Amino acid sequence: MSTPQNPATPVATKPPSRLYRMWDSDVFFSFRRSPVTIVAATVAFVLVLAAILAPWIAPYNPFDPASLNLMDGFTAPNSNSMMGNYFLLGSDHQGRDVLSTILYGSRVSLFVGVSATLFAMAIGISLGLTAGYVGGTTDSIIMRVADIQLSFPAILIALLIFGIARGIIPPSQQEGMAIWVLIVAIGLSNWAQFARTVRGATMVERQKDYVSAARIMGVHPLVILIRHVLPNVMAPVLVIATIGLALAIIEEATLSFLGVGVPPTQPSLGTLIRIGQQFLFSGEWWILFFPAITLVLLALAVNLLGDWLRDALNPRLR
Amino acid sequence: MTEPIISVRNLVVEFPLRRGLFTAVNDVSFDIMPGEILGVVGESGAGKSMTGAAIIGLIEPPGHIAGGEIYLSGKRIDNLPPEEMAKLRGKRIGMVFQDPLTSLNPLYTVGQQLVETIRRHLPMNEAQARQRAIELLGEAGIPSPETRIDSYPHQFSGGMRQRVVIALALSAEPDLIIADEPTSALDVSVQAQIIKVLKQLCESRGAAVMLVTHDMGVIAETATRMIVMNKGRIVETGTVGDIIKRPKEEYTIGLIDSIPSIRDETRRHEVTPAATQLVKVENLTRDFDLSPSFFDRLVKGSKRSVVKAVQDVSFGIRKGSTYGLVGESGSGKSTCARMLVGLIPPTSGRVLLEDEDIWESGSGTQKRRQRVQMIFQDPYASLNPRWRVGDIIAEPMRALKLVSGKREAEERVADLLEKVRLDPIVMRKFPHEFSGGQRQRIAIARALSSQPEFIVCDEPTSALDVSVQAQVLDLMRGLQDEFGLTYLLISHNLAVVRQMADDVGVMHGGVLVEQGPVDEIFDDPKVEYTRMLLNSVPDISKVE
Amino acid sequence: MLAFILRRLAQSIVVMLVVALISFMLFRYVGDPVASLLGQDSRLEDFEALRERLGLNDPAYIQFFRFIANAIQGEFGISYRLQQPVSELIMSRLPATIELAFTSALIALVVGVTLGVFTALRPKSLSTAVIMTLSLVGVSLPTFLIGIGLIYIFAVELQWLPSFGRGDVVDLGWWRTGLLTESGLRSLILPAITLSLFQLTLIMRLVRAEMLEVLRQDYIRFARARGLSKRAINFGHALKNTMVPVITITGLQLGSVIAFAIVTETVFQWPGVGSLFINSVQVVDVPVMAAYLMFIAFVFVVINLIVDILYYAVDPRLRVHASGSGK
Repeated sequence: MSTPQNPATPVATKPPSRLYRMWDSDVFFSFRRSPVTIVAATVAFVLVLAAILAPWIAPYNPFDPASLNLMDGFTAPNSNSMMGNYFLLGSDHQGRDVLSTILYGSRVSLFVGVSATLFAMAIGISLGLTAGYVGGTTDSIIMRVADIQLSFPAILIALLIFGIARGIIPPSQQEGMAIWVLIVAIGLSNWAQFARTVRGATMVERQKDYVSAARIMGVHPLVILIRHVLPNVMAPVLVIATIGLALAIIEEATLSFLGVGVPPTQPSLGTLIRIGQQFLFSGEWWILFFPAITLVLLALAVNLLGDWLRDALNPRLR
Repeated sequence: MTEPIISVRNLVVEFPLRRGLFTAVNDVSFDIMPGEILGVVGESGAGKSMTGAAIIGLIEPPGHIAGGEIYLSGKRIDNLPPEEMAKLRGKRIGMVFQDPLTSLNPLYTVGQQLVETIRRHLPMNEAQARQRAIELLGEAGIPSPETRIDSYPHQFSGGMRQRVVIALALSAEPDLIIADEPTSALDVSVQAQIIKVLKQLCESRGAAVMLVTHDMGVIAETATRMIVMNKGRIVETGTVGDIIKRPKEEYTIGLIDSIPSIRDETRRHEVTPAATQLVKVENLTRDFDLSPSFFDRLVKGSKRSVVKAVQDVSFGIRKGSTYGLVGESGSGKSTCARMLVGLIPPTSGRVLLEDEDIWESGSGTQKRRQRVQMIFQDPYASLNPRWRVGDIIAEPMRALKLVSGKREAEERVADLLEKVRLDPIVMRKFPHEFSGGQRQRIAIARALSSQPEFIVCDEPTSALDVSVQAQVLDLMRGLQDEFGLTYLLISHNLAVVRQMADDVGVMHGGVLVEQGPVDEIFDDPKVEYTRMLLNSVPDISKVE
Repeated sequence: MLAFILRRLAQSIVVMLVVALISFMLFRYVGDPVASLLGQDSRLEDFEALRERLGLNDPAYIQFFRFIANAIQGEFGISYRLQQPVSELIMSRLPATIELAFTSALIALVVGVTLGVFTALRPKSLSTAVIMTLSLVGVSLPTFLIGIGLIYIFAVELQWLPSFGRGDVVDLGWWRTGLLTESGLRSLILPAITLSLFQLTLIMRLVRAEMLEVLRQDYIRFARARGLSKRAINFGHALKNTMVPVITITGLQLGSVIAFAIVTETVFQWPGVGSLFINSVQVVDVPVMAAYLMFIAFVFVVINLIVDILYYAVDPRLRVHASGSGK
């Protein structure tokens, strides 16, 4: 049954401004109507902004050995240490301000998460476009590899890549390279989702007549892929990228928690939780609690945004 | 006077949408008498399907009945609780949907679905229900129903599946069948058989039929009385003969005027028979290799299988003329078109454009790109939704480097938009802001943008409503006269071809079975297949 | 049917060979096996002798062939870290992981499918909204945090359940099970819940999405138009069609439970192959890594095969080929 269509817009009117059109679009309409999404977007925005501005807004620099004092250690939240320093969220065993470590930690977590997702996107989109457009044996090989990759959990693949990197990179450089190894490891463990989705969408778009029309006039296949197909497969990619970002942040935290992530000199939220876990049972709950809450809030906000985006961009659910 | 089976009074169906309330059905009233076939006709969005859905209580939310009453044999049913309504469905009112390929659950055999329905409504045990199911399938024209009953839906062809669907809808002897575009997804020859089966089965059971369709021809052949709907309202009600021969309302008059007929002999212009042949197709053949993979052949011993989509097809198109290629789905006409425009290479044979093979040399390819263009069936898929109309139309000019600057391209685009009777200001808009007919005009403007001589039109109007179809065909004719274009018109709609083409070729199973001047073929077909095809077209001129 | 299984089997063998190649390259080229076995201050002659004895001077393809031959016999060399045969190490820890993974897979499957169907059939109800929001929280909570949280609540604060280890085990000769003692079962509860939560939410969301998709299909509308009962439509027609895609993805998800156990085992100090693997990664104990990879690949291949056979049983379009009947 055909759904009722809006009456055809009169042809001769002047098109409204781009900004107004965006605001008035169905996607933004569903955004304005969902309070949960607005809250999620606000939380995500604040957390990201705080992470970016960490060096300027953090009350202490937790990685400056000169400013650390063990006498500041284990200060409870919202109180002053023996040295008279004030800690809003308490301090850890080394006397580092928990709030500041969280700000710097989110910075690392977000950097790794975003870079890994972009990396996965780049690989996934190019392989997916190729597989979907070329088809045949190329397609089977790429998709077979993606299938195998998808059936192994991301965390295992990341661990393996991490292990391999450890075996190859000389120990002296391991610490400096750790963050990049992590990005590659997480990126390589997440590309298959993108490839699969892009390939599926590409196969649908490839059949459409606007692609045939471009082929008839002799447009180069690469140009067709980039100018015609790519913009039309971006909607699902955006959804996966958002959900993938949440997954990447969690994956980074997990790896760091397992002790194979970023080095302790550059702690991410996962590293902070690993450290805090040691003190959970002796009563210093805040060292674990605040980083954990930040991580969950961040992941939840991004997931909520992804969930909303999927519903908003899926025309069939509208 | 007997009581009507169904009586609809002032029915209103509303859809609350974001930008306001959409009234899909507005103040509709009609009756259907026992055993009567009522045709409901209208263009897309007329509310005809929604009326059917309202009667059987299957309106998709957020749509709902906002006013009016529906009576089944005098008992009001539109306000029944859902469980009560579910008991009426199938038992008193049956329904047949448009697409037989998706109407049946693929995981159950036909028999399982029939037995399930029969036992839900009639007090029968498994064996009795199965016996009844076999009888029903037989009556619906399924050969050897005793064995076919255990087949799965995917083992039937489209036409056969629609017979199964009809058997299912009739399995509990309902008093009324609502058939929503029951033949629109089928080929003409199959369509005729399905209509016959539906009519027969309902007649023998005394069931009334509400036949919802956009095809006036189908109604002309089937129904006794009809309703014309437009924008949710009833425009005109009367006997089929009265409405088709003597329409009263302006809308109906326009609608009937725009329906092409295969009997139509008004010629538009004559191309001199001696005109040079612009396009020549010689022994064109295309095979598709559908062999199972190497591994399957190894293990199962399955054989290579090659489908001959197009076999040894030859014809010529005179400069400035229109050549119509007709045939049912799978006849190879679209494959032919795609070889002519350079989308798929032929297995053997040649396509000559002014005696140069477009598949052979580099210069042939270059010539083809500049001088051959295509218009596609689905105007929703043929325009890139992310591009502005201006960029879409300018694409061929840019790809072939026919324009130098941005200004020049914009001027050409504005010019082309005027040629297809659209306001040049729309070049800043995106395709989704246009209706189907407007989009097809944009597609035509794009095809014209490289100033081609030869345009392949693959079902250019079959996705459009009849009134829009008439406008687009009119535009195509005008442009042909203005630019001296040569068309290859591919269509399953014989009436459209009769109206537009000078010469016609009939394809069947990949072979060109007959070709010649259009009047000759239509008035005096030599081949049995062509005759059958022409006879099965439901046509309004058959109404007395 | 036989051809179908043979075909899948052949594909599985190819997958195993590819994984074996990766394992082999890992084994052979990451780090120096000789240096790892001998230690830093051995003499050069010892190095050469060991290289010769391990066959490391043979051409790569012969080494690969030998690697596969050994792998088929379950032979993966000696762990650098623990100086024990890898196969023994893995076998001794396998029961713990399998019991944990199986229990959580069962929880995830039963609860996930039930909730998925429930939320799909009641798209507008309040409980659906609550479940969907909770599931999103579930996806956003890293497994290790769930584990820590559960330990904190049930082991530290309430002291109802043990916080680590496997409890008492019963030795059945070839299998040491924790399922037969009370402390073993009690120890299993928290890790199993932790491990199942993520898969549970995934399965639930998948089932829900697929079911909603199926409920939009024409044949469901037609089933309603035929007057079938709600029950017959929802559970007879919709659920069966939902299961076709769900089987595939769920199968693979369950396979990954075993590998996902790495994190859970670490948090709960569960003596399984996952914690063995994570310890090996940290010190680049390559033989264990290679063997673990092969083990996971084997699990994946077996599950895939089962999934394919199930698929075949459910979907007649694979089983029965279309017979080209006329119009």
